[in-house]
Amino acid sequence: MKARVTIFYKDSVFDPQGNTIAGSLKRMGFGSVDDVRIGKVIDITLNQTDKKQAELDLTKMCDDLLANPVIESYQFEIQ
Amino acid sequence: MKAAVITFPGSNCDDDLVYALEKSGFEVDRLWHKNQPSLSEYFLIGIPGGFSFGDYLRCGAVASRSPILEAVKSYADEGGLVIGICNGFQILCESGLLPGALVRNDHTRFICRDVPVRVKNADRPWTSRLKPNQVLSLPIAHGEGRYVIDEKGYETLKSNDQILLEYCDNEGKTSTKSNPNGSAYDIAGICNANGNVFGLMPHPERATDLRSEAGRGIWESVLSSLNTRSAQ
Repeated sequence: MKARVTIFYKDSVFDPQGNTIAGSLKRMGFGSVDDVRIGKVIDITLNQTDKKQAELDLTKMCDDLLANPVIESYQFEIQ
Repeated sequence: MKAAVITFPGSNCDDDLVYALEKSGFEVDRLWHKNQPSLSEYFLIGIPGGFSFGDYLRCGAVASRSPILEAVKSYADEGGLVIGICNGFQILCESGLLPGALVRNDHTRFICRDVPVRVKNADRPWTSRLKPNQVLSLPIAHGEGRYVIDEKGYETLKSNDQILLEYCDNEGKTSTKSNPNGSAYDIAGICNANGNVFGLMPHPERATDLRSEAGRGIWESVLSSLNTRSAQ
């Protein structure tokens, strides 16, 4: 079973990388760009067939290590 | 008086911290992160700067889940003194021993220079030999030193007098210009509510002799507090 975890800074946390890329895109002529946020994608292969258990495991992995609840929010999908 | 400095893969200020502590009069043991030693014989635990575990995932995230951090948490719960400098500060925040988090500088650049910081609170073991509003010129060297905390967390820090160091200009005034990395409320160093755990981005261990002695006041404060403690 494979899972994809996506992590972003919370909206309240300024993302300087995203800000820099937004500025660059605008300078390149992409005038429609309003905002850019950069996040992380983590692909995890699980030795698990029980989807419910996988969801529980992934939630704990995100809460305990993969995301920092002070600054980040996360979501995951199981493929 | 015995102190311990913990090394993780990627720590690079451990030698400097050992040097500064020895120079200040401590006898220092070095501990490897995989050990789970009893820390009760130590009067101070130091978590040094660097790039533990390559800063993978988030700065300090992997190190804060090392076995030795469990021992450090128990040690801190019992009132033991813990200092985390730069990456050590990031590790303390990631472990939950200190509130908030440290993220990429607002201008995205790595900064390595001396900056003025002012002493906000001089009643803690870390600052007891310093004066309120005293300005120290301390080296910083980081790409991810922007301290982040929400308003409620800041109010708690403020009401408990947990903010120990703030970025400022040479006259001790704070402004957007004197804040080198975009840290919330100009925060450069904080302690926990009990005051026994201290995290800071500037490097007092790199300012103990030779080119600068600006960091010595912090080590002298710790020693003086420990001497007072053992006399009680």
